Amino acid sequence: MEVNEQIAIDHGLKSDEYKKICKLLKRIPNITELGIFSAMWNEHCSYKSSRLHLKKLPTKGKKVIQGPGENAGVIDIEDGDAIVFKIESHNHPSFIEPYQGAATGVGGIMRDVFTMGARPIANLNSIHFGSPQHKKTKNLLRGVVHGIGGYGNCMGVPTIAGQTSFDSSYNGNILVNAMTLGLVKKNKIFYSKAAGLNKPVIYVGSKTGRDGIHGASMASASFDEKIEEKKPTVQVGDPFTEKLLLEACLELMAGDSIIAIQDMGAAGLTSSSIEMASKGNLGIEIDLNKVPCRETKMTPYEIMLSESQERMLIVLENGKEEIAKKIFDKWNLDFAVIGKTTNSKNIELFFNQEQVARIPVNILVENSPMYDRKWKKSKLPKKNKIKNEVLNKLKIKDVLKKVLSNQNICSKEWIWQQYDHTVMGDTIQKPGGDSGVVRVHGTNKAVAASVDSSAVYCWAHPLTGGKQIVAESWRNLISVGATPIAITNCLNFGSPEKEDNMGEFVECVQGIGEASKYLNFPVVSGNVSFYNQTKEVGIKPTPSIGGVGLIKDYKKMISMNLKEIDNLILIIGKTEGHIDQSLFARTILDEKNGPPPEVNLFNEKNNGESILNLIDKGYVKSAHDISLGGLLVAISRMCIKGNKGIKINKPKNLINEIEYFFGEDQGRYLIEVNKEDLKEVTKILNKNSVHHEELGIITQNDMIINEKTKVTIDELKSYYTNWLSKYMS
Amino acid sequence: MKSSVITFPGSNCDRDMDVALKKFGFNNKMVWHDDNELPKSDLVVLPGGFSYGDYLRCGSMASKSRIMQSVINFAKSGGLVMGICNGFQILVETGLVPGVLLRNKYLEFICKNVFVKLDNKENTYFKNLNKNILEFHIAHNEGNYFCTKDQLKEIKDNNQIAIYYCNSEGKIEDQYNPNGSIKNIAGIFNKEKNVLGMMPHPERMIDESLSGEDGSIFFKNLINNIK
Repeated sequence: MEVNEQIAIDHGLKSDEYKKICKLLKRIPNITELGIFSAMWNEHCSYKSSRLHLKKLPTKGKKVIQGPGENAGVIDIEDGDAIVFKIESHNHPSFIEPYQGAATGVGGIMRDVFTMGARPIANLNSIHFGSPQHKKTKNLLRGVVHGIGGYGNCMGVPTIAGQTSFDSSYNGNILVNAMTLGLVKKNKIFYSKAAGLNKPVIYVGSKTGRDGIHGASMASASFDEKIEEKKPTVQVGDPFTEKLLLEACLELMAGDSIIAIQDMGAAGLTSSSIEMASKGNLGIEIDLNKVPCRETKMTPYEIMLSESQERMLIVLENGKEEIAKKIFDKWNLDFAVIGKTTNSKNIELFFNQEQVARIPVNILVENSPMYDRKWKKSKLPKKNKIKNEVLNKLKIKDVLKKVLSNQNICSKEWIWQQYDHTVMGDTIQKPGGDSGVVRVHGTNKAVAASVDSSAVYCWAHPLTGGKQIVAESWRNLISVGATPIAITNCLNFGSPEKEDNMGEFVECVQGIGEASKYLNFPVVSGNVSFYNQTKEVGIKPTPSIGGVGLIKDYKKMISMNLKEIDNLILIIGKTEGHIDQSLFARTILDEKNGPPPEVNLFNEKNNGESILNLIDKGYVKSAHDISLGGLLVAISRMCIKGNKGIKINKPKNLINEIEYFFGEDQGRYLIEVNKEDLKEVTKILNKNSVHHEELGIITQNDMIINEKTKVTIDELKSYYTNWLSKYMS
Repeated sequence: MKSSVITFPGSNCDRDMDVALKKFGFNNKMVWHDDNELPKSDLVVLPGGFSYGDYLRCGSMASKSRIMQSVINFAKSGGLVMGICNGFQILVETGLVPGVLLRNKYLEFICKNVFVKLDNKENTYFKNLNKNILEFHIAHNEGNYFCTKDQLKEIKDNNQIAIYYCNSEGKIEDQYNPNGSIKNIAGIFNKEKNVLGMMPHPERMIDESLSGEDGSIFFKNLINNIK
């Protein structure tokens, strides 16, 4: 087939990008080469619209072993141990085919982690669906949950935490972000940089089929009514093969055979081979006849662009082929020497003894397009003036019932009960807490992880929203007694070609950067997903932040369930009653305007560190951060989980009760302390200038608010637990 | 006391079982499914997981693994064989214990704590146990035990029902049945009571930081009974 500009455009390339290819090659590419360019230069693989801005994120720190640019980020958790982690999106495939889309998302992120030599020890996910009333939502939710469970459960990796939200902006474009943490010895980390000449290039794992061809290009386009036709571009996952691949790779990694290893994810063999060559500043030569294929008569184009799952590319030391082959034979996996490293600095492909592609690697990587897209700055919206008469008409108990049973607050047990969260025998905090926590096997340490996003805040004011999610991630780790170390981000946005959406991206990233810098909570890995939109309408900007922290002595882990009657509950951080953009304002008052709550990074840091100090001294019996839904939701959760009541004092400051209980001011936590310790705790808090006040005292049962409103624990439980299972039944 | 845990392709609770057995004093060996011979063992465990990806039918391919002939011979000569979760599914496929395991009634994977009631303490697994109700943990998609009327009569007559799903007080009712199992059956023995298959995972409940400690009670008692 003769390549021309129209064919390039059909491949998702822009006209000037095609011209650039011809100029760089000094000729017209053939169809295989064009396919390779389109795979490498699409948004998903090249980060062409985001690179410029991502560079500004803080990525370094004392604990950072590997920042962005590898398969995943790596952090130091002392004693020679390291945690490898990353979050990634699989939004587009999941909307087209929810089970396979979500399953292969989970499979892909686990591969990114074990490619680096780490055994996956925990999975998390952040999933976002359209309005519960939308006709597709139920099936999409069911499919995605089954897909995540189907893959993770089979792999035997516990799914320890997650986040689910519903918002009509996802009606035509759901979000599925999957995160994995793996454990590795610091001196046994594997990278994707090829080195040495004439080293064998090995293909292992599943055979290559015609599934997922151009998957990465699909993920870089907007949806329209013809989206169902794209089903064949969704990959099909086989977690059983991946489990074998995991064990085989770890077995091979125990020795010293591997020079470089890279999983075949987006853009399959194309991006894996080019990335390894590019990082090693080498060439690579591949004989495509040697690639194990599932189907007959596959063309070079198809082989290079297939996104068949569960495959790896390895550059091996000479002479180690037999050792490696034996391991993969044992696990019943394909193993083939398909090529070698060269000094040509080209990627050279052969098929039936003919050269079918020859492209200088640097053209594909360093010369890939980078755009400084136009973007629009957001103004901070004006505060709403909500009249006290409106608020005073509301009864606290009615509001609490509505808020607790809201789809974005209520218990997600229906979801996480379908995920194996206890396999591997180290899960010490299950889903439903502030963070999931797993022990570092065979040690006294534990790792905490949380995944968060606040699309509404980001939509109202991207800069503040960006800061807020990082702060919330930090608080969720602090609340379980973990010292926050680093984050990974999954940036889900609309079209970068639209100034509004691009502005949301730029300013969210700026906010994320500011907060992570201030909190010394660097970004070590991540992924960008643009074009999350249907026709002209983009989703609400939804960056997801996955935070990871360390608990040095797992026996000191904190949970949110109330522990002991007569203990006191303190509110850490100041309650001002900010209700604009709160769940209360949006759902009860139907007020969608106004600014999100302000994020004061000094207070975040100071409050968080002070709580860690209190936890370390053993003063904190339970803790929970105050986030979506506000103070009363936070204490309700603690009551429900601990099966205890609370007698709440009348607020001392003069703000309206509704604002006090349902406002979403940031930087706040609830902590449970023993009466005898109060003096010492107060002393420490005062010394650190941390604002604190007493919320009330723990009782046997019933929540009593201001001596007049009584809500029983059973009522709280019924508000909180029923919505989702009823909706899905 | 010597134990062996069989690793099939796709097993994923093999390490957890190894950790648990060693914690309570077993000298445990991991055995590869493709081996011919079982090492000398006082107990053989078929662990949980997704052997052969649950393809065809859960446990069916693993039941034909090379090592299984030795395991079957071991069981037939009176050796203790315990199958947990996928291990139970494999046992059913070998015919060492009667019945089948269907998909859960609500067609969903389920991971949570459950209570089980012991029905029969006249065996090496539960003899001398000071509790009749244990809190265990389940994590499965195909744990819905089913057998024919005749089989049910037979296993009842032979006291082969090991544990029932129940509530914390030991009430065996439909509402405490997580997966639709006939008569709330969570685990069964062979006729001779040396082979036990059960869906719950005692190995996930072996210290206070985890889902509970009733697994510790089970394993401690088991090793004492074998000694």
